[in-house]
Amino acid sequence: MRCALRLACKWMGGVWVFWASLLPLTLMAQNALTPQASSPFSLTDDRGRVVVIDKAPQRIITLLPSLGEIVCELQACERLVGVDRYSNWPERVKTLPQLGGIDDTHLEALVKLKPDLVLLARSSRVTQRLESMGITVVALEPQNQEDMRRVIQLIAGALHLPQPQDRALTLWQSIQQKLDAAALRVPAKAKGMRIYFEAGSGYFAAGEASYIGETLKRLGLVNVVTPSMGAFPQVNPESVVKANPQIIFMGQRTATDLKNRPGWQRIEAISQQRICAFTPAQSDIIVRSGPRIPEAADLMVACLKRMFPE
Amino acid sequence: MNARKNQSAGGLALQLFLLLLLLVGLGALVGSEGFAGLQIQADFSLITDIRLPRTLGACLAGALLGLAGALAQGLFRNPLADPYLLGSASGASLGVAIGMVLLSQLNMSPWFMRMGITGMAFMGAWLAVALSLVLSWGVQHTLRLLLAGVVVGVVFGAMASLLLIMFPQIQGSVQSFMLGSTAYVGWSACGLMLAVLVVSWLVSVAASPLLDGLALGESTALSLGLPVKSLRWLMLAVLALCTAAAVAQTGLIAFVGLAAPHLVRGRVKAVHGKTLSLSCLMGAVLLGGADLLARGLMAPLELPVGVLTAILGGGYMLFLMRGMSTKSVGQAGGRS
Repeated sequence: MRCALRLACKWMGGVWVFWASLLPLTLMAQNALTPQASSPFSLTDDRGRVVVIDKAPQRIITLLPSLGEIVCELQACERLVGVDRYSNWPERVKTLPQLGGIDDTHLEALVKLKPDLVLLARSSRVTQRLESMGITVVALEPQNQEDMRRVIQLIAGALHLPQPQDRALTLWQSIQQKLDAAALRVPAKAKGMRIYFEAGSGYFAAGEASYIGETLKRLGLVNVVTPSMGAFPQVNPESVVKANPQIIFMGQRTATDLKNRPGWQRIEAISQQRICAFTPAQSDIIVRSGPRIPEAADLMVACLKRMFPE
Repeated sequence: MNARKNQSAGGLALQLFLLLLLLVGLGALVGSEGFAGLQIQADFSLITDIRLPRTLGACLAGALLGLAGALAQGLFRNPLADPYLLGSASGASLGVAIGMVLLSQLNMSPWFMRMGITGMAFMGAWLAVALSLVLSWGVQHTLRLLLAGVVVGVVFGAMASLLLIMFPQIQGSVQSFMLGSTAYVGWSACGLMLAVLVVSWLVSVAASPLLDGLALGESTALSLGLPVKSLRWLMLAVLALCTAAAVAQTGLIAFVGLAAPHLVRGRVKAVHGKTLSLSCLMGAVLLGGADLLARGLMAPLELPVGVLTAILGGGYMLFLMRGMSTKSVGQAGGRS
């Protein structure tokens, strides 16, 4: 009796496995027939909140430059109706209403635009207010380059693009290819050199753990700020002298006082004049963890080429 | 000036109340386009969802700060006392800084998500006051309590600064909190502040004979048979509660708590029970007016409301000071 039952179970199990194996096929067939836009897309955002987006959003607001850039790079730029104060790329974004920054978003102006999706940073101050008014809010902040792949995928899904995963993958791969291409153009003499990247005045450095550090590593440079020190740590000026970087990257504004820093004349990068001072416009591109990372890499390579003409 | 000084408490209350109604009405009409956009044809939900809660929220926060300021000045018998003097400002900043740091890390526990930044600010403010009380070994010695408050304020402030340096990405958020803002107050925040205000107002008015007694000196208060110690504890608790509730919702708004009681005392001579209530109204008018101007002056840009409260309250206080003789300034200090 028991044996028979077991047999029956086995048989049933076999049938189950058979049908289960067919399931993906039938799902794929369905995908091919009906546009995916009709099925709701649910995602877990960077606050750990599950957000369900029923249909393709048509009025999108982004409150972080990199998020707007990703939306545009996914060819959905025309769906943006508002951006934050710092967004300035691509051109179309400059014509949109600007809604302030992370800490001083113009709530009323934002709500007036009647958005059906707001993409913002995790620490944005309007998140709770927007949610209480029934506006769909997704908080996403790419922390590093690998993380950007996830963010691009989530945004592609949230936008209900046709074949979102393919589009996201295409964008991601093109970013990677451009980064590889930039790495190939780095002058041979620069490879393996020690670099110090000052991200902000007051000795805030871009460490190896940051997305800027990842680009530097990819270009074959050795960061004097190790991953254990954090992404953007405030470093001791003396420790920079001790590490004796051979190249320094920094913003134009802070570069002027470089020689006046006590003891810094001894640093090889300064005595050899191997300093890249980026203009504010260039810094904009470099400090954003968005799809323009390859452009940032190009700027760095261009400066390295001026440093080591071949 | 003298005529003003003898104004009746009821008259001033009525004036302030009417002013408050006017402010709330205007607040519902002034939108992101500033004063030019004074038409109701704008989307009705904008008014109910954004303008009304923020206007009411500003008034409520102002009332809380006004009450806290009057309590602090009465308790410490010091005209320079303000709601933040027991370290609650630095405590709240530290709470916000910690909250921001936790928020910027990916893995957050669900309880923290629920509490959020306002909860952290509230807790920070409370903790700072509690710590000041512990460090001063109770409430008996006013000077010891004040000094403990200063120490706690400095230490918590330094810790908040340390966090800012270690995590520079939170700098903007914490700084904007320190300047104060009424822009993101919602209905739930209004409800919370209203509940705190009602409770605190009732308790402090009921306990206000203590302040009247204290104004005549500690020994007189004791000889009047007042339970000085327990009433002090109660009032400090109310002070901390009011400040923490206001700070958590609107950030560190300067000067309202300091100026409101002075503005009231400059016009009315009354027992503490009345000046406390009038300070509430005055604070509400001050912050409500500042909120209105913050929105309207440079629209669509918004000025930090804390800057405006300082200019408004400070300007009016200087105006009052000019009218007073040196003697009456001294009196105001002694009386409070």
